[in-house]
Amino acid sequence: MSILVNKKTRVLVQGITGREGSFHTGQMLEFGTKIVGGVTPGKGGQEVHGVKVYNNVKEAVAATQANATIVFVPAPFCKAAIFEAADAGLPLIVALTEGIPTQDMIDAVNYVKERRLRLIGPNCPGITTPYEAKLGFMPNNIFKKGEVGVISRSGTLTYEIIYELTQVGIGQSTCIGIGGDPILGSTFVELLPDFNADPQTKTVVMLGEIGGSDEEVAAEYIATKMKKPVIAFISGRTAPEGKRMGHAGAIISGSFGTAQSKVSALTAAGVPIAETTNAIPEMVKHVLQRS
Amino acid sequence: MKLYEYQAKELLAKFGILTPAGQVAASSDEAVRIAAVLGLPLAIKAQVQVGGRGKAGGIKIARTIAEVSSLSQQILNMKIKELPVKKVLLEQAVDIEKEYYLGIIVDRANKGNTLIFSTVGGIDIEEVARTEPDKILKFEIRNKFKTQISEIPNEIIDSLIKMYFAVDATLAEINPLVITKSGKVIAADAKIIIDDNALFRHPEFSSISEGAETDPIEAEAQRRKIAYVRLPGNVGIIGNGAGLVMSTMDEVKRAGGSPADFLDIGGGAKADVVKSTLELLLMDKNIKGIFFNVFGGITRCDEVAKGLIAAIDELKIKLPIVIRLTGTRSAEGCKLIAETKLLTASSMQEGARKIVEHISQ
Repeated sequence: MSILVNKKTRVLVQGITGREGSFHTGQMLEFGTKIVGGVTPGKGGQEVHGVKVYNNVKEAVAATQANATIVFVPAPFCKAAIFEAADAGLPLIVALTEGIPTQDMIDAVNYVKERRLRLIGPNCPGITTPYEAKLGFMPNNIFKKGEVGVISRSGTLTYEIIYELTQVGIGQSTCIGIGGDPILGSTFVELLPDFNADPQTKTVVMLGEIGGSDEEVAAEYIATKMKKPVIAFISGRTAPEGKRMGHAGAIISGSFGTAQSKVSALTAAGVPIAETTNAIPEMVKHVLQRS
Repeated sequence: MKLYEYQAKELLAKFGILTPAGQVAASSDEAVRIAAVLGLPLAIKAQVQVGGRGKAGGIKIARTIAEVSSLSQQILNMKIKELPVKKVLLEQAVDIEKEYYLGIIVDRANKGNTLIFSTVGGIDIEEVARTEPDKILKFEIRNKFKTQISEIPNEIIDSLIKMYFAVDATLAEINPLVITKSGKVIAADAKIIIDDNALFRHPEFSSISEGAETDPIEAEAQRRKIAYVRLPGNVGIIGNGAGLVMSTMDEVKRAGGSPADFLDIGGGAKADVVKSTLELLLMDKNIKGIFFNVFGGITRCDEVAKGLIAAIDELKIKLPIVIRLTGTRSAEGCKLIAETKLLTASSMQEGARKIVEHISQ
């Protein structure tokens, strides 16, 4: 088992003929992902890495029975692409693009939610279930199959921690990058229940950062409902107030969204906090030995 | 992108919200000329994009032309929280009967937009939220939103909502919203933030963003499209990915150092990008050493190493540089670095310690 995606997931790539879409389709296929079709308006009938391209999502879904899609579309067109995927009823939509206007995302997130579908991202590296499926652009060679769920607001920092876990022989069940934007399709608290219910996952590593209150909200869920141990790390302890630290969502506003507030909330919820990234593998090992 | 108060007020006025009669000046002479038109008394307000300017002495009332001249000069000579005051806004004084707070903000937790109203106007709304939460009303803005707040007319709420969405704002705040003795409703102060991600569809703000006040190196970074934030320390930091760079800053601090910046070179860093970012960092004369922390995913570490060595050579950098490469082909990358005089580290923690040690030597 795993969460959200596995080797049976039938994946579409929206924006498959673009430079990024095409390159990463190749990478995802190499990883073993079952990519059943691509979409680019006006380019129906073409092929990318042997994957058939359709003119629109509806047509692609009808032809392929896809049940998930990856949106590789430039920021100005993402809202329309997500709406199109939702209209076709795709239960899982993964949006990778950085730089989507906030109001577009508010519209898209609520549109998807009203249809009881799921959106991951945007501005995220996607989802990977090792040796089964990769929806996004995490590097192919860092994973090992195992029992640790990884969920994060960051990209490279996440790869680094996955890589370090793999190096010491600790495998992962599913790894999710939820994204670095202020408005996200799925926040920590909306995905922790999936890990909670997944028999393969024994523990979860949660990588948070400054900005917003998603970590504080997650802390409440962990304290009251989470049956599995969670280990957390928060980056941006030295970030100044009022400055956007790369990610649009990584900004402290006044006294709101500080690393300290997140660390306090998680500590109060009984979540051990890794003070530094290289402490994480040891902490995970310790937890797995006890379970 | 934050707007100055005077820009925010121009925008509100365009959407039919009353603001005090006023004009901006960049010199005391200009202020005197404006005063002759507007009349006295006048409020003189420093135009800076930080809070607490009133407490810092950045707002004064002038009752004579001589005072307009001296007080505007005094404010134009000020620095408020490190930022020099380049312009002052001169405004006719307002007869305050009542003051309120009215604002709209992106509500991350609710994934929507929230209208906030308070009968306590003119002071920090976060403070009110903490101390008198019952004095704050919140309304989630959904399609065809209608609300009645008995204290203020509906038109002003509708206009603010209309403006907020029309300009892709993430914050629009009127604080205080004043009811005058003659019953007029006036935006006495305003703060508006426009979503950076939406600027592509708002060419009307392109001239404003160029004039925005930032640190000169941050302004250069913006021109080069590099994600950079200047910090007060002396350890230069470059990495790929926002989360990784923030963690690197935290590690430098843990090792007893002080980060000089946040700089994310992004994915697939090519040689020219590496060079451009190094050039940018070197503009900061406080920097005593650089820690380069890269995780190679799809990007190969040996390629990053090659680009880095070439750039350091070309720019003739003499500062200590610690390089830490991990991930795809990191062994090959580290081997290339080992053949140079550059310092290497096998972990982020070791790299942070090394650069801090070298700087303090």
